[in-house]
Amino acid sequence: MKNAYIVFKKQLKDTSRNMALCIQFVMYPVMAAILESAVKIDNMPEHFFAGMFAVMHVGMGPLCVMTAVIAEEKEKNTLRILLFGGVKPAEYLLGIGTYILSACMAGGVVFALLGEYRGKDFLVFMAVMASGIIVSMLFGAVIGIYSKSQVSATAVATPLMMVFAFLPMLGMFNKTIARAADLAYSQQIQLLFNHLQAGTAIEPKNLIVIGINFAIAAAGFTYAYRKCGLA
Amino acid sequence: MIEISHVTHRFGEKEVLKDITLSVEQGEILGLLGPSGAGKTTLIRIITGQLVPAAGSVRLDGHDLIGAEKDIYQEIGMMMDHFGFYERLSCYDNLKLYADIYRVESDRIQEVLQWVGLYEDRKCLVQKLSKGMKGRLMLARAVLHRPKILFLDEPTSGLDPATTRKIHDLILRMRQGGTTILLTTHNMAEAEKLCKHIALLHEGKIVEYGEPKEINRRYNHKNKLVIRLHGGRTEELPNTEEAAEKVREYLMNRQIETIHSTEPNLEMVFMELTGRSLKEE
Repeated sequence: MKNAYIVFKKQLKDTSRNMALCIQFVMYPVMAAILESAVKIDNMPEHFFAGMFAVMHVGMGPLCVMTAVIAEEKEKNTLRILLFGGVKPAEYLLGIGTYILSACMAGGVVFALLGEYRGKDFLVFMAVMASGIIVSMLFGAVIGIYSKSQVSATAVATPLMMVFAFLPMLGMFNKTIARAADLAYSQQIQLLFNHLQAGTAIEPKNLIVIGINFAIAAAGFTYAYRKCGLA
Repeated sequence: MIEISHVTHRFGEKEVLKDITLSVEQGEILGLLGPSGAGKTTLIRIITGQLVPAAGSVRLDGHDLIGAEKDIYQEIGMMMDHFGFYERLSCYDNLKLYADIYRVESDRIQEVLQWVGLYEDRKCLVQKLSKGMKGRLMLARAVLHRPKILFLDEPTSGLDPATTRKIHDLILRMRQGGTTILLTTHNMAEAEKLCKHIALLHEGKIVEYGEPKEINRRYNHKNKLVIRLHGGRTEELPNTEEAAEKVREYLMNRQIETIHSTEPNLEMVFMELTGRSLKEE
């Protein structure tokens, strides 16, 4: 466990000096805050921007950061030295994962405040955010493990995160896209946020699809890890 | 301390290491010399457990490396060019990370930074360091946890003479402290200066092994004295008593400008054995 904490501290310091990754954590919360206060359109659902950007935050940030961190460590062989030093792969992933989850959840608090969630709704909102962030992180880890360099990792991660981040938004304007989007965890997270805003009951389908996405990502991660290892 | 026994390795169909057997005693520096592609780095990767050999075994400090517990790495330090740093962190922060992982006290970081001459630059980000400074930081990281065995892969490759000399001094001080060192190089002067024994590696095979000076003497087939006289004439005399009178005569007449033996250096020995230069890419 101590090694996981050491990796967490390292990542905190390293990412604080990596502007490209910091932007991933703050971009959508800031955009949501600006648009929530600046744009008011008749018949627009309440806290529309907070919900929409929260989904983009879930679909893009954790996936992009996890991919970038692992790919960079592999490319520069820094991860190999950590493993030589006795850091176990699980400790490394726990350290990195805890850091990314914490940073993304900090953004989640901003969305929760913008969406005016209180009490139980706040906790449910944060739990939904966390579930989506974890699925995104797993997909990011799969890409990071498979990639030989940061460039190749970015080439694979970018289209995937575009799909997860923007599919729910595009689904609002097109029914065919919405049907396809139904298979993605990010779309189900969008629907869960809609239920929370409207005060309606959560449908089992929402949780089942997120669970299936999680199982696919976890299986992909296990396969990639067994095939390629971490370093 | 290091025992390599009948190690063979292949990349696909190509056999890159052929039945390598070597041993290094405690406190000894062994140099692996060979041109690029000879198999030096592959051998180091196998000895450090980064690659599993197709055949053979490696024992470090009495432990079989293949299938060994990760604890063995607490005894090993590695300075390898392809092992990078966290470029956005400072020299100190990089070493602090490894010190925490190896459970080394923080005072040791200052000690090694002073030792490699980077203490004044401890707050400098790694991405702003010169190649020579990065080389010294790599050495600091490799020795941070006081390893018994040190692996140095081309430790002075591409460095300026002043930095090279500093790193040589540091390596010799490590050896004086009892550290066993295995280094790869294609720099014969470096090998002659630092190593007790050297192994010449060519196309995955050890073609010669021994003490550098002894190897050079062994290949001194001509065994002659080469005397350059004032006026530009060069004369080769046999290195025997027969030449003594002639040499005495030249000395008495103050005719000698330079005098050398025909003893080859390691570069020439390697050329004789393989038809290739150590510096060939």
